[in-house]
Amino acid sequence: MFDAATDPVLIGEGMTGGYGAADILHNCTISVNRGEIAVIVGPNGAGKSTAMKAVFGMLNLRQGHVRLMGEDITALSPQARVSKGMGFVPQTHNIFPTMTVEENLEMGAFIREGDFRETLEQVYDLFPILRQKRRQAAGELSGGQRQQVAVGRALMTKPAVLMLDEPTAGVSPIVMDELFDRIIEIARTGVSILMVEQNARQALDIAHKGFVLVQGANRFTDTGQALLADPEVRRSFLGG
Amino acid sequence: MNLRNVILFAIMAALLVLVGFLQSPSVAMGMVNMCLISAIMALGVNIQWGYAGLFSVGTMGFVALGGLAVVLTSMPPVHEAWSAGGLGVLGALAIGVLTIVAAVQAWKRVPAGLGRMGALLVILVVGFVAYRAVLDPAVDAIEGTNTAVAGYLGGMGLPVLLSWVTAMGLAAGVAWVIGKVSLGLRSDYLAIATLGIAEVIIAVLKNEDWLSRGVRNVNGLPRPVPYEVALQTNPTFLSWAEWLGLGATEASSLFVKACYALLFAIVLAIIMWLSERAWKSPWGRMMRAIRDNETSAKAMGKDVKARHLQVFILGAAVCGLAGAMLVTLDGLLTPGSYQPLRFTFLIWVMVIVGGSGNNWGSVLGGFLIWFLWVQVEPIGLWLIGLLTASMPEDSGLRAHLIDSAAHVRLMTMGVILLLVLRFAPKGLIPEK
Amino acid sequence: MDFLNALVLLANFVLIPAISYGSQLALGALGITLIFAILRFSHFAHGDVMAFGTAGVILTTWALQAAGVSLGPLPTALLALPVGIVASAAILLAADRSVYRFYRKVKAKPIVVVMASLGVMFVVNGLVRFVIGPNDQNFADGARFLFTVREFRDATGLAEGMGIRISQVITVVVTAIVVAALFWFLNRTRTGKSMRAFSDNEDLALLSGINPERVVTVTWLIVAVLVTMAGTLYGLDKSFKAFTYFQLLLPMFAAAILGGMGNPVGAVVGAFVIALSEVGVTYAFRKFLEYLLPDGMAPEGLVQLLSTDYKFAVSFVLLVVVLLVRPTGLFKGQTQ
Repeated sequence: MFDAATDPVLIGEGMTGGYGAADILHNCTISVNRGEIAVIVGPNGAGKSTAMKAVFGMLNLRQGHVRLMGEDITALSPQARVSKGMGFVPQTHNIFPTMTVEENLEMGAFIREGDFRETLEQVYDLFPILRQKRRQAAGELSGGQRQQVAVGRALMTKPAVLMLDEPTAGVSPIVMDELFDRIIEIARTGVSILMVEQNARQALDIAHKGFVLVQGANRFTDTGQALLADPEVRRSFLGG
Repeated sequence: MNLRNVILFAIMAALLVLVGFLQSPSVAMGMVNMCLISAIMALGVNIQWGYAGLFSVGTMGFVALGGLAVVLTSMPPVHEAWSAGGLGVLGALAIGVLTIVAAVQAWKRVPAGLGRMGALLVILVVGFVAYRAVLDPAVDAIEGTNTAVAGYLGGMGLPVLLSWVTAMGLAAGVAWVIGKVSLGLRSDYLAIATLGIAEVIIAVLKNEDWLSRGVRNVNGLPRPVPYEVALQTNPTFLSWAEWLGLGATEASSLFVKACYALLFAIVLAIIMWLSERAWKSPWGRMMRAIRDNETSAKAMGKDVKARHLQVFILGAAVCGLAGAMLVTLDGLLTPGSYQPLRFTFLIWVMVIVGGSGNNWGSVLGGFLIWFLWVQVEPIGLWLIGLLTASMPEDSGLRAHLIDSAAHVRLMTMGVILLLVLRFAPKGLIPEK
Repeated sequence: MDFLNALVLLANFVLIPAISYGSQLALGALGITLIFAILRFSHFAHGDVMAFGTAGVILTTWALQAAGVSLGPLPTALLALPVGIVASAAILLAADRSVYRFYRKVKAKPIVVVMASLGVMFVVNGLVRFVIGPNDQNFADGARFLFTVREFRDATGLAEGMGIRISQVITVVVTAIVVAALFWFLNRTRTGKSMRAFSDNEDLALLSGINPERVVTVTWLIVAVLVTMAGTLYGLDKSFKAFTYFQLLLPMFAAAILGGMGNPVGAVVGAFVIALSEVGVTYAFRKFLEYLLPDGMAPEGLVQLLSTDYKFAVSFVLLVVVLLVRPTGLFKGQTQ
């Protein structure tokens, strides 16, 4: 039985697969517990984004399975996983540029039945700047604000797990810090966070758990702080 | 050519022979002529689409320009008209060209902004006013001379076969201008732009009476082959006909059509030989590289736009040639008869059904689709006759259906195109 | 100087015809732009589907007229509109299910789908001619004028008159209602917003749980309404002929591209720009100038820039100029 206190909310176990004939992932395992932040880091081409896409069902797995709150969802489409409680923020093209901020958030709630005003208010409370710009086209916002729209859109389904593919790619360090603060805040409300990050040091700093992938396989798995303290991890992946 | 393709062409030939037996040899020969012309048009479109992936639907325009070239080359000049307004027209055209050149130069040299817009506006307005001021009286004068038979400037009175060459030149020249402007647009924008220019060309042919006599048509174009009437009074020919057991009328008509067929076949052979050489040459390989991946071709330093312009002009020239052959065969230019369904989209059906990117495919497509275009109508009529046979003679619906049988062929072409696109997108003879 | 007469003259011969023609184009161009926004291809069968829907309206109108049904001063065709809309919806959905859906599934290049739409164009074109023939058909009835040139002159005492036909009034009113309803639908309803979302970012729309097939179906239904309205209004205003409707493809596309492909506001603005230019460029301004210029300065010629036969050239030139100067159109359209 699924025990919310101890079992991971989301786990991709022993995942092996790729887009074509060649496998990119090799027996890779990724998981995240309730209300925690898990970060996937690793060198370029390590299969970080691929691992996340595999968890989200955008990749055919030859082996392994994905479980959400104890339920096997390996065979489900990404859309079905969204209904089951997964939110996904792609790295690029993650907003509807000609639609207003509020419409973007509404579209995030598209599959929800009933009233979503409350969630909308929660998102606005989390990202006050979005409330201010709710009538503006999302495509006209700055890079950091767009990321907020993208995260807000994914939160509109009230997901149990929020997955972020390199949310800080291409934003300034100040915006990155701010975004990480918000992510911590989201996790505190009980939402599990799984994210892929290039900025490994900063990401591990806020992570409860870190997965270091190399060539599509788990290399190190530990708490964020432990990984930051590990001299081998520091030397190989954090630049000393 | 592999066995499969030989069989396909043999079936096509058998179909035409069958027409000769079932309908008449003369009908079959007439069809062969149109098939040959269609094949050349299809080759022209294939050069643009199959070689380079240019989606140009302005074929009709180039075909019509080819027709115009026949008039401009082979008809005798109308001296009266020339003296009435020839200089005026030439002057006006010169003003027009100068205006456009000046406008292009202004666009290039004046820095962007209000100044450029103003300069352009002034140049265009002054140029246009001057052009019209010179052109209008000249046109009135020309169109006023001997309206019943002339009312236009006529041509240069050169041999009609030479007009096939000038047709290529005229089509190529216009294609250069169009290509300069519209190549480099997104594929479906290019389609709309070329569709538009074809309509404009037809409008010019229909309305500039001083040039083409407009909707009053130019008839009596010189022929490159003997006239039937002349043959029927020629004793040598008559004795041949008798020896073959044919009546004089039928024999003369067959002979004339055979002469045309021979001429057209020679042209087709030349175009085909050149096309195949081009396809296999490094130039052809480069065109295909650009077609298949424009971005990487650009990255490799190929001047994509210049190549596209080249191939666009070549294809247009071939279409112009076919247009000139068509008008020569008809012996008259009827600007009102150019319709996009027939002269643009039907040619596209030929290319796609035959196999885009394959010259033999285009030739086969040209033959087959023309054959169907002609034969579907009687077949449709026959089918509808069969279906409505049980209806009363005076039934309005029956009369309507029989009247409408002609439109079945449009539907048939559409269905053929859709089926081929869906189930055999590479066509009958796929690209190698 | 006689400003008032000049204005009335201009209104009668340029403004009123252009506004009504522009309205008809706008409805057609909206359809083209919507298809492009959602299905991402240029719909070459548009003019022929327009003729098909209108043919449905015409046949129904004749049946109604034969049955003695009438709307009084309004054309009976308005009653027949629903039938035409159903007819064009049926043919559009049939084409989608039997042709376009396959290419959507295999994610074919847009140009392949454009060619398929050429095939559909042939079939629908043949179908229209088969059903109603290739000739001109007149189906307008009811009152002809809201007020005539003479009535206007008598009432105002001006030398020039201005007449407004009922068909022109209906065109403008219907277009205003349809366009307003469309924008309300796109901006205010959940389905409309999901269509915009799909147009903006297909992948993200899928992730958000928007059903693409539903979006596509709704799009075709809206297009059916738009083309049938456009075709019927054009037919009432001028007359119906299959080939003319095919030729409207060019100005409709020009309007959509001018405004920015995929941008509905742009399509409407583009349509009026095209219509005004077409009518303006082919109108003889001599009399108009006579009123405005001092005596003796009036021009001798007709001051007609182009003969009416060149109206397609106007669409074409505007189209090319826009594509060269501002390829995304006046309003920003889609680029992918």
